[in-house]
Amino acid sequence: MSTTPKALYRDEGIVLRTQKLGEADRIVTVLTRRHGKVRAVAKGVRRTKSKFGSRLEPFSHVDLQFYTGRNLDIVNQAESIRSYGNDVVDDYPCYTAGTAVLETADRLTSEEKEPSLRLFLLVVGALRALAERTHPAGLVLDAFLLRAMSVAGWEPALTDCARCAEPGPHRHFSVPAGGTVCPACRPTGSAMPNPVTVELLDALLTGEWERAEASQGTNRREASGLVAALLQWHLERGLRSLPLVDRSESAVPRREASPA
Amino acid sequence: MYEGAVQDLIDELGRLPGVGPKSAQRIAFHLLSAESTDVSRLVAALTRVQQEVRFCVTCYNVAEAEQCRICRDPRRTDDVLCVVEEPKDVVAIERTREFRGRYHVLGGAISPIDGVGPDDLRVKELMTRLMNGAVTELIIATDPNLEGEATAAYLARLVSPMGLAVSRLASGLPVGGDLEYADEVTLGRAFEGRRRIDA
Ligand SMILES: [Zn+2]
Ligand SMILES: [Zn+2]
Repeated sequence: MSTTPKALYRDEGIVLRTQKLGEADRIVTVLTRRHGKVRAVAKGVRRTKSKFGSRLEPFSHVDLQFYTGRNLDIVNQAESIRSYGNDVVDDYPCYTAGTAVLETADRLTSEEKEPSLRLFLLVVGALRALAERTHPAGLVLDAFLLRAMSVAGWEPALTDCARCAEPGPHRHFSVPAGGTVCPACRPTGSAMPNPVTVELLDALLTGEWERAEASQGTNRREASGLVAALLQWHLERGLRSLPLVDRSESAVPRREASPA
Repeated sequence: MYEGAVQDLIDELGRLPGVGPKSAQRIAFHLLSAESTDVSRLVAALTRVQQEVRFCVTCYNVAEAEQCRICRDPRRTDDVLCVVEEPKDVVAIERTREFRGRYHVLGGAISPIDGVGPDDLRVKELMTRLMNGAVTELIIATDPNLEGEATAAYLARLVSPMGLAVSRLASGLPVGGDLEYADEVTLGRAFEGRRRIDA
């Protein structure tokens, strides 16, 4: 690898997932602000007296110092910036939506250490919204998924034709074509979603929350289905957590945004 | 790599949780040099476990009969039910001698990232047990990590229409630890789970 095998670097990131390694260690997958996705070993983290404590759990926003290693990097220090885990696990719809956010971020970053600042900011935004119950969890997730696809270069067409850019709105929607399609381009098997549902997708993509929150359950369900189908089309394997997302209303009432 | 049988043993040992390749090798050579009666006892214990131990039809704890020892014990109370992830958690709680009710073993925790949802655990079986009304208090003793907390939140919401008293084990600071060394998440949970001190 590099000429300085013990180089130190520091970055902040969100812990996406952890895997056990050997007797007491873990591999942590972190989406960092400047270094993209980093997989690193946290030594001794599973011991009760570990200096890392529970800072390296999924949903944690941490300030980390790494050693570059020959294979995987090593976590040297971890300071907590904010842990979203405690607020997210309280509420099952929030937790399952949050897990889908983390898994999507992991799957969309195939190359390690390829900078992905926009995705990092989307993940932080989604976790904050879930933790503070700013909007319904299902809508936060679908907005995140649409924007994450957009960052990955797969922004769905929601007004003009996905194929020829003929100005819309158009009635037909094709997942393989990447969104709304005009009568001339529409492939066989295109769906005809409720126009209100397509408007909801547009509101979620552009962050018009007032419009999105005014939507009805039937349109939300149809929108979730289209978002899942689009994502599934682009990823080789489906997400494991997405079918387990609980789309019911959160039991815990909306919280006041924290002053921080 | 070793010859056939030895390597097979190392491979099998290496599949056990918490056993790395080095430990597998160490255990294998320990067994090779051990007294043959010791090895026979181990073999017999493994065979017995495989043939005789099953899951309790009521609580899904390990059992040597239709029902486990705890479910059969008439001195225990039926009105308090403690929900745990694994049979080893039953053993841990039994060691405290604090609890005299019955158990329900879920068989794990909800972990969407691993594809494990409520339907993969013994949640329906729990609901069926609660239906008959004998249980008035539910103690949720899932692990104090993300999956355990999420499972607890899920169960608490699921049973809330039944009007049971539902509690969660307090989690937080390990006894013998120093406050200043606790991380923020652990300290936060300890605050949430604080108990009133009656003076
Ligand atoms: Zn067209
Ligand atoms: Zn039993």
